[in-house]
This record gives sequence, structure tokens and C-alpha cells, in this order.
Amino acid sequence: MIPLTHYLIVSGILFSIGLLGLLLRRNLLLVLLSIEIMLNAANLNFIAGSALHGDTGGQVTAFFVMVVAAAEVTIGLAIAVLLFRKQSSVDTREISFLKG
Amino acid sequence: MEAVLFYCSSALAIVSSLLVIFLPKPTRALLSLIITMTALTVLYLLLGAHFVAIAQIIVYAGAVLVLFLFVIMLQGTAASDLPLWKRFSPVFITSSILAVLLFLSFYGRVIGTFEPGAVKGAAGDVKSIGLTLFSDFLLPFELTSILLLLSVFAAVALAKKEDI
Repeated sequence: MIPLTHYLIVSGILFSIGLLGLLLRRNLLLVLLSIEIMLNAANLNFIAGSALHGDTGGQVTAFFVMVVAAAEVTIGLAIAVLLFRKQSSVDTREISFLKG
Repeated sequence: MEAVLFYCSSALAIVSSLLVIFLPKPTRALLSLIITMTALTVLYLLLGAHFVAIAQIIVYAGAVLVLFLFVIMLQGTAASDLPLWKRFSPVFITSSILAVLLFLSFYGRVIGTFEPGAVKGAAGDVKSIGLTLFSDFLLPFELTSILLLLSVFAAVALAKKEDI
């Protein structure tokens, strides 16, 4: 039996990698992909907690996280397509037209 | 057997998620994210969450990432990032230090002091998930249906905009 802390360590490493990608990537789509990594790390924690307590609530919460991720991806990608139509680039450094 | 599966698939998940954030071409980064998702599915199966594992493959690898792939391919080569060796900068070093500090604080504050008792193991089949979903989590379930409906409206309203 694998100790539960090992699952938590894997989840922590994945979350940190996702944060690193969020800070490093310049492409809007790849920033969204890094957010997906972070959400999956959180899901792994939820499911590990569910196994620890013998309660299916954690798995249901992981399911809700998936639903929210799908909604977030839909709107994020729609915004990315709009940006690409407007200035034919999704570079986060060039998205500054909200600056006063 | 279980330990071999666990360590192999967690190593695969970590390596492929590192590839996601470092590969310059978006298509390749996306395909390695699919490998990460599949490796995480193995971890979910080891924890006994069968339904969530299958939903992970169908919803994430099947639907969300294919949607990503479509949008990335619409943009062609304009979306490529700089190669890795050209990206070392103060931002890179600061972000790496931040990420390592984040993990160390997780480890020191949460995981290091955490004393898990005996793992009880939860039932992960469709029946028990459904019973929990429709009794204890009924209100969040209805709220997510509203969230999905609103996100469909938002996506259609954004995508049909003519003058931007």
C-alpha cells in the first residue's frame, strides 16, 4: 500500500509546475493549459482525501472541478479566438489595450 | 505491482507536465498534457475512483483537449513560443524560485506535518457516486448546470461578435 502522503507530494509538484508554466508562458493558450495542470493537481488531492476518509464526497467535488474547468476553457478559448482575430497574436505581452 | 504502477505513472505525469510548460510548439505541449491526464487517470484508478478516472479520459482528454487542439491549429505557427534556451531571463529565474518555494511551503506546512490514519478507501462506482451526487450535493449539481448553460451563452455571444 502506497502511503497517502506520496499522492499529496505528487499533487504538490504538479501544482508548482502549473504555477511555473502560468508565470513563464507568453502564449495565452498555453497559460490556459498550465491552469489545467493546476486544476488536475487539486483533483488528485480531492480524490486522495476521499480515499483517506472513505467518503465519496471528494470524488464528487473532483467531478465539479472538471465541470468548472470545462466552462472556463470554453470562455477562455472564445476570448483567445477573438483576440487572434483582432490582432493576429495571442501573446500576453501584446494584450494591453485595456491600459488607460 | 501497485507501487510500480504508482511510481511509474507519477514520474510520467511530472515529466510530461514539465514538457507542457517547456516545449516551444503549442501542439506538442498539448499532446504531452494528454499524457499527463492519462497518467493521472492511473493514479485515480489506484485510489479506487473508477468513475472519475473514466470521466477524466472522456471529458478532459476527449473533449476539452480536442477543443484546445482546434483553436491551436486555427492559429497555425503564429502561436509558437521561444525555444527553451532563449527563455532564460530574470523572469524565468524568479518564477522558478517562486515555484520551488511554493512546493517547499506545501511540503513543510501541509504534507510534512500531516499524519494520515489508515486509508479506508472509498467506493468509486457509478452507483455510490450517483447517490452522493443526488443527495448531499444536489444544490451544487443544479448550480453547475446553470454554470454550463451560462458558459454556452457566453461562448456563443463572444464567438458571433462581428465588430471587435
